Amino acid sequence: MSTNVLKAINITKHFYDPIDVKVLDNVNIDVNRGEFVSLVGKSGCGKSTLLYILSTMDRVYEGQLFIDNELMSSKNGADLAHVRNEKIGFVFQFHYLLNEFSVLKNVMLPALKLNRFSPEEIEHRAIQKLELLGINKLALRNAGQISGGEKQRVAIARALINDPLIIMGDEPTGNLDLRNSQIVFDTFKQLAEEFNQTLLIVTHDLGFAEKTHRIVEMEDGKIIRS
Amino acid sequence: MKLLASIALALLQARRKQSLIAAIGVTFGITMFIALLGFMTGLNKMLDGLILNRTPHVRIYKEVTVNPNQPISQWLRSTNNYHFIESVKASNSRVEILKSNEILSSLSKDNRILGYSRKLSSPAFFNLGSIDIAGFLNGIDVEEEVKYYKFKDYVTSGKPIDIKNVPNSIILGKPLAEKLLAEIGDNIQITTSMGDRFQLKVVGYYQSGIADFDKTQSFTSIATTQKILGKGPDYLTDIQVKLKDILLAPTIAGEYQKKFNTNAIDIQRANAQFETGTKVRNIISYAVGITLLIVAGFGIYNILNMMIYEKMDTIAILKATGFSGNDVKLVFIIISLTIGIVGCIAGLLFGFLFTFFISTIPFNTDALPTIKTYPVSYNPFFYFIAFCFSLITTFLAGWFPANKASKIDPVEIIRGK
Ligand SMILES: Nc1ncnc2c1ncn2[C@@H]1O[C@H](COP(=O)(O)OP(=O)(O)OP(=O)(O)O)[C@@H](O)[C@H]1O
Ligand SMILES: [Mg+2]
Repeated sequence: MSTNVLKAINITKHFYDPIDVKVLDNVNIDVNRGEFVSLVGKSGCGKSTLLYILSTMDRVYEGQLFIDNELMSSKNGADLAHVRNEKIGFVFQFHYLLNEFSVLKNVMLPALKLNRFSPEEIEHRAIQKLELLGINKLALRNAGQISGGEKQRVAIARALINDPLIIMGDEPTGNLDLRNSQIVFDTFKQLAEEFNQTLLIVTHDLGFAEKTHRIVEMEDGKIIRS
Repeated sequence: MKLLASIALALLQARRKQSLIAAIGVTFGITMFIALLGFMTGLNKMLDGLILNRTPHVRIYKEVTVNPNQPISQWLRSTNNYHFIESVKASNSRVEILKSNEILSSLSKDNRILGYSRKLSSPAFFNLGSIDIAGFLNGIDVEEEVKYYKFKDYVTSGKPIDIKNVPNSIILGKPLAEKLLAEIGDNIQITTSMGDRFQLKVVGYYQSGIADFDKTQSFTSIATTQKILGKGPDYLTDIQVKLKDILLAPTIAGEYQKKFNTNAIDIQRANAQFETGTKVRNIISYAVGITLLIVAGFGIYNILNMMIYEKMDTIAILKATGFSGNDVKLVFIIISLTIGIVGCIAGLLFGFLFTFFISTIPFNTDALPTIKTYPVSYNPFFYFIAFCFSLITTFLAGWFPANKASKIDPVEIIRGK
């Protein structure tokens, strides 16, 4: 059980605006299949920046990133989009659902894009994911008409729809109350335990972090514990 | 693609009002374009028709010319001298087409030809008491003339076929008839250039819209004119050929001139000026129509820019979950094309209705007896051009915002919250 899912070697990132700041300094990180990893650190230490790089959305950095043992820096924009679609599931602090669509359609969209299954099959799978998160009764609601906690669970269902290699989250509970945070955390825990899902979650909540398999701690753009 | 279309549609629905307004802009542009062109072309056609209906594509005739073989030139042939003396006049030249039968039978075999009409023109005097009014007697085959030159449209009273059916009958130009005080059913007297007198019964009035022309013209059957002139049944002065393709007229005219050893003139040479007016009117219509469409294009450009600004989050999330920049670009191009096509189809429809409306407005003028309402054209080509052009405009109007959307960096949006 130590198949490598994500490997970052000597990631360095500068921001040049307004002045040259080195936000990430030779960061190395490894995530293996089935691991539930939390990424913690003081505000401004570079957690989000690192996560955007690891998720392939930010392409401006030095160093090497391997996802599923493939080198990402050699790929073009469309290929990276495909990697995100197929292998990475996202959960953000703000829920980012598409309000133009129903809850169900929101969950289905990445799978429709991947086009691995027929639309009927995808719908069926989407309902399964919603059931897993206990929100299948919301399926036909408009995405704008549900509560914040519910939205975050819909976002998790969406992240799960393509059975991704890894789920990444940037403070997914940061905007939720205690009860909803607990629900979201329990969901992650369940995914890791029952489905052997790999997770990499940025969080401020140390209580949350302590219950994960492994804590990676950052300070001033460097990893100080992993 | 289907997926992208459904996303585009959802975005459109979220901005229904603005999308509708943008589409109405296109509709307006297309409507005006169609109506304007339909109206202008209708007028053009009518004005051209004044000339075209009466002018044969190729006219075969015999020009009275001086004999090119003057005796003096025969005598001077062996020397290099130039002669100034011309003595043999055209006195014996004939105005009729020689071997007209052979020409006609060869014309009927030519498959570039739609048809021809025979004509026999001769000057004549119309007698009003002791005064003679100079004019022309045209012997025509009514059926051919009706078929190829819309003769019927210009006979404002009486039936054209009567000149064939009623013996010794004539149709007079309306102003000429008024001058002669000739009612339908009256007999008038004419004198030929040879001095022979003849009684003819008036069976109708002719009005072409060009008063000066109508003042001098009259029509009888070919046989009647031949009888008046004392000529045989082959005697013709004009063969008016109508072609399938008017553009071939110059070539065919040249060909006939050689082949039949007579004169032949094509419509382009006979009426060089008439195309100019048509061209100018067309340019104006297209310019106005295209301007309207460009304005409509800016409407689409605006709404799309606004939409992209509002839907930053949506774009960011689409990109984060695996839609590429190209996918996003396509979504916005689909939005723009949808607005364009819907607006355009409505515009084509309204344009058609508007054109139809124009065609019901009364328009009476003495010069044009056959026209009662404004003339319009429903040429499908305008609809085709309008459709293509609106597609191009909306595509371009969508292209630039869509390109912008495809370059949006999701990190910036997600971080910016
Ligand atoms: N676009 C940018 N231009 C310049 N500096 C930036 C930019 N984005 C982030 N930074 C800086 O980079 C550093 C790291 O930011 P980052 O968002 O990664 O921190 P973080 O660890 O996620 O903090 P938090 O816990 O508050 O979310 C911060 O000092 C921030 O000010
Ligand atoms: Mg952050």
